[in-house]
Amino acid sequence: MSSQPFRLATGGRIDRQRALCFRFDGQVYWGHPGDTLASALLANGVRLVGRSFKYHRPRGILAAGVEEPNALVRLGEGARAEPNTRATQVELFDGLVAESQNRWPSLAFDAGQAGDLLSALLPVGFYYKTFMRPKGWWERYERLIRQAAGMGRAPQGADPDRYAKMHAHCDVLVVGAGPAGIAAALAAGQRGARVVLADEQAELGGGLLAAASLIDGQSAGDWLALALATLRAMDQVRLLPRTTAFGYYDHNFLGLVERVSDHLAAPPAHLPRHRLWKLRARQVVLATGALERPLVFADNDRPGVMLAGAAATYATRYGVRSGKRAVLFTNNSEAYGAAIALADAGVQLTAIVDAREDVRDDWAARARERGIRLLAGQAVVAVEGRRQVAGVRAMRLGPGADQVTGLPARLECDLLMMSGGYSPTLHLYAQSGGRLVWDPLRACQLPGEARQAVHVAGAARGSLELAQALVEGTAAGAQAAAECGFAGALPEAPQAEPAPAAASLRPLWLVPLSQSSGGKRFVDLQNDVTAADLMLATREGYRAIEHVKRYTTAGLGTDQGKTGNINTLAIVAQKLSADIAGLGHTTYRPPYTPVSFAALAGQDRAPLHEPVRRTGMQGWHEERGAEFEPVGQWRRPHHYPRPGESMHEAVARECLAVRQAVGVVDASTLGKIDIQGPDSPKVLNWVYTNAWDRLPIGRCRYGLMLNEEGMVFDDGVTARLDQHHFHMTTTSGGASTVMNWLEEWLQTEWLNWRVRFTSVTEQWAVAAIAGPSSRALLKDLAENLDLSDEALPFMGVSEGRVAGLPARVFRIGYTGAQSYEINVAASHGMALWLALLAAGEKYGITPFGTEAMHVLRAEVGFIAVGHETDGTVTPDDLGLARLCKTSQDFLGRRGLARPALRAERKQLVGLLTDHPKTVLPMGGQVIDRAELRPPHPSLGHVTSSYWSAHLGRSIALALIKGGRARQGERVWVTNDGGLAPATIAPARFLAPAEAAR
Amino acid sequence: MSRYSAINLLRNALGGHRHWPVVWRDPAPKPRYEVVIVGGGGHGLATAYYLAKHHGIRDIAVLEKGWLGGGNTGRNTTVVRSNYLNDESGSLYELSLKLWEGLSQELNYNVMFSQRGVLNLAHTEHDVQSLRRHVFANRTQGIDAEWLSADEVRAFCPILNFSPGARFPIRGGSLQRRGGIARHDAVAWGFARAADRLGVDIIQNCEVTALKREGDRIVGLETSRGEIAAGKVGVVVAGHCGVLAAMAGFRLPIESHPLQALVSEPLKPVLHTVVMSGLVHVYVSQSDKGELVIGAGADTYNSYAQRGSLGIIEGTAHALIELFPCFSRLRMLRSWAGIVDICTDVSPIISKTPVAGLYFNCGWGTGGFKATPGSGFVFAHTIVRDEPHPVAAPFSLDRFTSGAIVPEHGAAAVAH
Ligand SMILES: Cc1cc2nc3c(=O)[nH]c(=O)nc-3n(C[C@H](O)[C@H](O)[C@H](O)COP(=O)(O)OP(=O)(O)OC[C@H]3O[C@@H](n4cnc5c(N)ncnc54)[C@H](O)[C@@H]3O)c2cc1C
Repeated sequence: MSSQPFRLATGGRIDRQRALCFRFDGQVYWGHPGDTLASALLANGVRLVGRSFKYHRPRGILAAGVEEPNALVRLGEGARAEPNTRATQVELFDGLVAESQNRWPSLAFDAGQAGDLLSALLPVGFYYKTFMRPKGWWERYERLIRQAAGMGRAPQGADPDRYAKMHAHCDVLVVGAGPAGIAAALAAGQRGARVVLADEQAELGGGLLAAASLIDGQSAGDWLALALATLRAMDQVRLLPRTTAFGYYDHNFLGLVERVSDHLAAPPAHLPRHRLWKLRARQVVLATGALERPLVFADNDRPGVMLAGAAATYATRYGVRSGKRAVLFTNNSEAYGAAIALADAGVQLTAIVDAREDVRDDWAARARERGIRLLAGQAVVAVEGRRQVAGVRAMRLGPGADQVTGLPARLECDLLMMSGGYSPTLHLYAQSGGRLVWDPLRACQLPGEARQAVHVAGAARGSLELAQALVEGTAAGAQAAAECGFAGALPEAPQAEPAPAAASLRPLWLVPLSQSSGGKRFVDLQNDVTAADLMLATREGYRAIEHVKRYTTAGLGTDQGKTGNINTLAIVAQKLSADIAGLGHTTYRPPYTPVSFAALAGQDRAPLHEPVRRTGMQGWHEERGAEFEPVGQWRRPHHYPRPGESMHEAVARECLAVRQAVGVVDASTLGKIDIQGPDSPKVLNWVYTNAWDRLPIGRCRYGLMLNEEGMVFDDGVTARLDQHHFHMTTTSGGASTVMNWLEEWLQTEWLNWRVRFTSVTEQWAVAAIAGPSSRALLKDLAENLDLSDEALPFMGVSEGRVAGLPARVFRIGYTGAQSYEINVAASHGMALWLALLAAGEKYGITPFGTEAMHVLRAEVGFIAVGHETDGTVTPDDLGLARLCKTSQDFLGRRGLARPALRAERKQLVGLLTDHPKTVLPMGGQVIDRAELRPPHPSLGHVTSSYWSAHLGRSIALALIKGGRARQGERVWVTNDGGLAPATIAPARFLAPAEAAR
Repeated sequence: MSRYSAINLLRNALGGHRHWPVVWRDPAPKPRYEVVIVGGGGHGLATAYYLAKHHGIRDIAVLEKGWLGGGNTGRNTTVVRSNYLNDESGSLYELSLKLWEGLSQELNYNVMFSQRGVLNLAHTEHDVQSLRRHVFANRTQGIDAEWLSADEVRAFCPILNFSPGARFPIRGGSLQRRGGIARHDAVAWGFARAADRLGVDIIQNCEVTALKREGDRIVGLETSRGEIAAGKVGVVVAGHCGVLAAMAGFRLPIESHPLQALVSEPLKPVLHTVVMSGLVHVYVSQSDKGELVIGAGADTYNSYAQRGSLGIIEGTAHALIELFPCFSRLRMLRSWAGIVDICTDVSPIISKTPVAGLYFNCGWGTGGFKATPGSGFVFAHTIVRDEPHPVAAPFSLDRFTSGAIVPEHGAAAVAH
């Protein structure tokens, strides 16, 4: 095992007894359980980990958590690769493989850095100002720009892992398991509330994991262990580590993503990789902490420049020193804690550069005790070293912080810690609709007026002190529980020793450039946005903060500006001499941190992406080798090819069987709605264009449904089973639309009507038999069923038994042949089907699919919704004006009454091609001459077009302007090759059989 | 130095970029304007630009309640195409597409219109028929359209899901090669800058709170920055058109819904065209920055709050993975919503109104970005002449009473 030169001998929450092997850019390294990829890289002395977006500047690790803008790696390989992954959040495992991104040919020598040298030519928004000539060349420039942009590479191949979703409710959701969150969970839990405590990290504890203070007389670590044990012992408390609350939606609905097995090389078979929690909480406590801000000075992006708190975390939690010699540059006292932690870990502290004059508080005293040199009223103005900090220079900061003076002092170091203050993590709060208010004293946003049932505690409301966080957490947890009705005794807040007294912070948003050194001052490290960019944007007039963001791309990186946004806001305000509060802020959009698409999709991927609805006979179709086509959520047999048969041959065979013998089709997918109640006929009178009052019991009627515009949107046959009982059928694809339509009217307009609708599509299996032998076949199987024309005439319905199964038999059909639709309970579907096939053998029964069905119905000129109609077609257009009653109102009638619907319109006609073998393309446009010179007005289009084996020629239906009066006229139809001549004919090529009229 | 060009970029670089002029002035509202445009989205700004450019009117204000382009213009997924079904729509969107093809030069602002093609996928027999109908219709309209077989689709965009396990196998697709995407903000900014140069006052943070009438005539507006008198008023406020119509005393056949979109983290180039699928219900392109830009669905409820629900995002994610299995492990970086104004026939309204001197341009719903230049062009004409531009005539308000609607439902199966 190779050494880890920057690993401390003791301390931290890592397990030094075990070593984990990992690879970064092909090189083998070692780390320990408890490490993140970032801490392990630092332990191995790896400083350069990535390249920036635009200038390809060398970048190191800035942070220790979620806010990391630089250390993005491509994790894993092949189909499991994951680009743009923050090394600071990757738990180390044995065999981990990571690769740096956005560099070519290598991380150390990246050709892209030319961009850095040319940066004067590439100011923010340069692409809006150029690449316009020659006209039409943009796509060429774009290719180069796209190559240079982007970050990681997408994985290849389908994702092998599994994902899951969980719906949950709780009384109190606590987000963040730092001291405030733990205290809140304890308080709410003690009061008896159902609590969920979620934290994005593997270990619960937040700041406690790196804290040195005492709580209730114990070390922070011991207290944490005890508190977690207490919480685990409570039945109604659920702890969710590795779980990020990423979105706060309306009505206290939150999305959380749990990374169940990302810390393993591959998820074990019984676990998903991610689990999406969809959680409705009665109350939410946000204890989401605060993020430290970088300071903005020249070359503040060099590897080795790190957030102070992060350096402290690496030392105390991971046992890693991030450098040998460190300088702290700060504008606040809290950051001194980091310097002290590093000094105590054996790092040599060259100096603390403090922007404040004359710092005399407990923190300063502690630093002096350790002999750390303090440069007050100074600022770092230059960083030496390109791929690694080699030293810094500090100068005196003028009183207005608008200039630096004096001679620069050179400070030796390989680590520059910085702290520009703290920004409460209020992303979720803002998403919830809560207001954010600017606090000029603490120089940060704080939670203002809330919109939902939400409380904020601890650093998230600006309380940086541990003792205060515990008090606030307890209060928030207790109150949240109380608001859910869990009163009880007020839980006592844990006591922490008071923090050292701290002098207040000096806002320092932008460190002036020194005359001699210059350099880029980065505000958004990932997107390479500098202070100069912000100023150029405001000079150019992009002054709304959203314009600044969009023009400069500040805050648009994968870190969503977690470290940069407040600095951006403040620098823009300063530049515009405006009040920060008055500038507003950019919208905090979900997700808080990026969420895998896979987690959002969960288990809903093929074949569960739209689960397939299956009829009772589906298994037979599959076994029989049917070719399927998706129809809504169903998969219907399109045709049943025999071995060696082409689709056309199969369809022709199926059609002929129906015309000559008998065919059977699985019609179970038709929508079926059971309508009951005394007002049922009234409903039918409204939703259908024709009249229903006088339909006798035991009879069926065909109807058209119109939308408010007067356009046909569904059709079907409805039967009267009893005085107040109807069985409605709809198209297969339109079932839910019709159901919604009925319910919408019932629930909004027909409130007091006595009628109820029940979808029974799934309850009935339907086999439709069609053809001259259908009656004979049915007779063989029927019991208690009179099939005479008197008892069961065309458009009649009867009940009885078929093949021993209770059945409803409708003598209706869609093929123009004599036919019966036999409905049995869904679970009897297969039995019915098999019985029909067995009994039908002697009649030559042939199963047919949807294609044959369409050919057959087109032969007799029956319309198909979705073919002949497309939301623009009226009953009259279809030649079905006779179905519109004149005596009564119906839905769509007023739409129909408008003048344009009575003018010349496209009407349904037939088309016969000159060459009987030419089958016109569906959707082909109909024009009035033999030559197409676009633009040419179209007369209409082909709506259905098939080869009719029965007629021995092609047939087509079309909607053509004024078509009914143009019978016999010649037209031309566009097809793939050119134009096909055809003649307008009646919209019926064959009369329905006697028995089906 | 104020013109944008490579040469001036170089010159300015020598001067440390200190001399670029402001893109637009920030004037205080004057007491009166000849024409006031309400709404500083792309359509409003384009209208102002063409009013000034083609009709010689210079006394124009654009009033925007927030920041320019902050409505749907700055929230959309920027798909531009003209392959609609009806001839009326074809003329309008094709006029617009032709303007797009020279827009960067016209505005002297690179709007990054990238004609990388728009591919519409067919998964069912019905899809095939309907898309082929579009192709045939477009060809007779003189609009470029191609039908690609499944194999051709695969060659054109190999990362699509052609696995045997696909729930909705790809059976072909229609392609408009002249379609593509553009940079949405640049469109707003480019029009604003060009309009400003022609003297148009662009006034941000100025919300219109009432419309003032004298009899049947509009005479001015009340705003958060005081009263402004106006000869004519053009209202171009997208999702808020119902609110403004109420101020004017009439109603519109429009519903406002949240429509969501999202982007992934930035990636090296992986998708080189725009892919849309009505059935699987998602559409995707890759921005120049590298993010996958993904269009989600509209929430079913009505709303003016620019936020949508998680359920829509979940549905979009599984649709995305169904089409592109290799995107599964990528991450959603941001999601957001805009308020889209959807007409009963899913076509826009570009029209005179019952109030003289008051004009409305709205109803672009989920798909008006592509129309931005064309819409401004015909609306300017409509305002100046007080009669619809011939291309806009079919889109008048009276079509709902006459019944001469322009239904594009088929085309709008998926929001774009
Ligand atoms: C998520 C999403 C994706 C989309 N994708 C596409 C796509 O891919 N392709 C496509 O072509 N279209 C798309 N669209 C539609 C497209 O964005 C819009 O049709 C188009 O941008 C509308 O432009 P506009 O200028 O009319 O409206 P907007 O840009 O919304 O401008 C209206 C302006 O009016 C302002 N305003 C409102 N009320 C007032 C008032 N009282 N006083 C003053 N100002 C007011 C608003 O602040 C706003 O800035 C999408 C829309 C969304 C939401």
